[in-house]
Amino acid sequence: MSLTQEAAARAAASIPLDEIDVADPALFQNNTMMAYFARLRKEDPVHYCAKSLHGPYWSVTRFADIMSVDTNHQVFSSESRFGGITIMDNNAAATLPMFIAMDPPKHDEQRKTVSPIVAPENLAKLEGLIRERTQAALDSLPVNEPFNWVEKVSINLTTQMLATLFGFPWEDRAKLTRWSDVATAEIGTFGIDSEEARMKEIHECAAYMMKLWNERVNSEPGPDLLSMLAHSDNTRNMSPEEFLGNMLLLIVGGNDTTRNSMSGGLLALNENPDEYRKLCANPSLIGSMVSEIIRWQTPLAHMRRTALQDTELGGKKIKKGEKVVMWYVSGNRDSDAIENADSFIIDRARPRHHLSFGFGIHRCVGNRLAELQLRILWEEVLKRWPNPMQIEVIGEPKRVFSSFVKGFEAIPVRINA
Amino acid sequence: MAKITFIDFSGNEKTIEAENGTSLMQAAVDNIIPGIDGDCGGACACATCHVHVEASWLNRLPPKSDTERSMLDLAEGSDENSRLACQITVSDELDGLVLHTPEAQH
Ligand code: HEM
Ligand code: FES
Repeated sequence: MSLTQEAAARAAASIPLDEIDVADPALFQNNTMMAYFARLRKEDPVHYCAKSLHGPYWSVTRFADIMSVDTNHQVFSSESRFGGITIMDNNAAATLPMFIAMDPPKHDEQRKTVSPIVAPENLAKLEGLIRERTQAALDSLPVNEPFNWVEKVSINLTTQMLATLFGFPWEDRAKLTRWSDVATAEIGTFGIDSEEARMKEIHECAAYMMKLWNERVNSEPGPDLLSMLAHSDNTRNMSPEEFLGNMLLLIVGGNDTTRNSMSGGLLALNENPDEYRKLCANPSLIGSMVSEIIRWQTPLAHMRRTALQDTELGGKKIKKGEKVVMWYVSGNRDSDAIENADSFIIDRARPRHHLSFGFGIHRCVGNRLAELQLRILWEEVLKRWPNPMQIEVIGEPKRVFSSFVKGFEAIPVRINA
Repeated sequence: MAKITFIDFSGNEKTIEAENGTSLMQAAVDNIIPGIDGDCGGACACATCHVHVEASWLNRLPPKSDTERSMLDLAEGSDENSRLACQITVSDELDGLVLHTPEAQH
C-alpha cells in the first residue's frame, strides 16, 4: 500500500460514520475513496450523508442492495424532472430529456429504437472498420519515448468510434469528445466555470447535430445512428430538447466510459504484472479480461435514483423524494457477491457478473459495443507488443475530479520496443 | 432430471440433461449453449438469457412475473414465445422441452 493509501485507510477508519461523504470528487481524484466504501459496506451499507456538495443523499454500497434498487424502477425513478441519474441535481445538461433519465413507458419506446443499432448482429458489420481504425491509431504511436496513453490511444480511438457510429464529419470529430466532457464536468473542471458556460457549448452541439439531422431526414435511410433516429417512427417527431438529450446521451454514453476502460485496463495490467504475464502467455483470455477491466475500472462510479414513495432498504427508512445513489464502484468490490473482489483477475469464472453496466430496464444498451472495442484494442496491441510490461506506465496517472465519471486525464507510458 | 433441447440461431441442435431445481439459464451456461449469456446470474435483471420456447410448450411453463415481462419487452426480437431462461426452474415435467436461442444477446 502506498503512503497516500495508508493515510486514506487511517482517515476512513477514524472519521465518524455520519461525516462520511463518499461523493466528494477529491476522493476520486486522489483515488482514496475505496477505504471509505469498504467501511460503509461493513458498518453502514445503506448510509445517509446529510451534507455534501450536492446536498443530502443516501449511499447504497453492497452488490445485492444495488441490484434491488436497480431492478425496482417503480419505486426508484430515473426521471430528469426529479433530478435524473447523477448526484448533481443542477447540471443543466443532465436535466435534458434523454431516455436514460426517463421512466416507462417513454423510456421503453425510445430505448427500443436505439437498441438494434448497437446489437451484436449489427456490430459484426462494424468490426472490420473498428479494427482498421484501431490498427492505424496503434501504428502511429511513438516507441521508446514517453507519451500520454489517454490522449493518443483512449481518447483518439473512442472519438473515432463515435464519429463512425454517428456518421459524423471526420475532420470535426474532436468536437464530440469536447461535448462529452462538457456535459458531465464538475463546475471548475475542463474549462467550464458555470452552468451558463456549459450550456453555451451544449447549444453549439445542438445546432451542429440539428444540421446533421436535417440532412439525414432529407436523404435516404443510412446505416448510421442519426439516420436511424431520423427515420424511425418512435423518434422522428422528438422535440428539439429531446433530440439534443438523446444525442448527448449517446455521445456521453459511448465516450468516456469506453475511453476510461481503455486507460484503466493498461494501468491495471501494469499494477498486476502477473496478470499481464498471464495475458501475454494466453491471448485467448482477452474476452474475459475485457469484462474484468470494466468491473475493475467501473467507468461510471454511480447512478442515482429518486424515491417515488417512502420505502425501506437495508433496514433504513428512505422518504419519498430523497436522493439514492447506487455506488457501482463499491458493489463491484463486494466480496459477498464477487470472489476476491479486491483483486484484478483476468480469467474469472463469471467475468460479466459485475455492476458497471447497471441492471434492470436501464442496463447499458451499448455493453457489447464497449466490449467489442476493448477486445479489438487488446488483440491489436498484443499483435504488436506481445511481451509482458512492454507498454510501461512510467509515472503517476492523473485522475478526473468527479464522483460520477471515474477516469483519467493522463497516464504517462512508454512502449519498449 | 429433464432432457432439454436447444436449437441455436444457425439451426444446430444440442440436447442436454438438466438437474431438477437448477434454472434453464444455468443449465445452458453449464453446457456452453451458444447464444445464452446470463450476465446477471439469474436475477431477471439483464435479459441476456432470452430464449424462444417451442410453441407447444408455452402454456406448460409457469407464468411470467411483471419484472420478466418488462425485461422481455426491451429484449431484441422478443415475441409471444419469448421467456427468460433464468426464470424457469427445471423439473421432470419439462422433459422434452425445446428452446431456440437468438444469434446474440446484449
Ligand atoms: C465500458 C463502457 C460503458 C459503461 C461502463 C457504461 C455504463 C452504463 C450504465 C451504468 C448505464 C445504466 C444507467 C442507469 O441504470 O441509469 C448505461 C446506460 C446506457 N449506455 Fe452505457 N456504458 C458503456 C458504454 C456505452 C456505449 C459504447 C454506448 C453507446 C451506444 C452506451 C450507451 C448507453 C445508453 C444509450 C444508455 C441508456 C440505457 C437506458 O436508459 O435504457 N454505453 N451505461
Ligand atoms: S440471467 Fe439475467 S435475466 Fe436471466
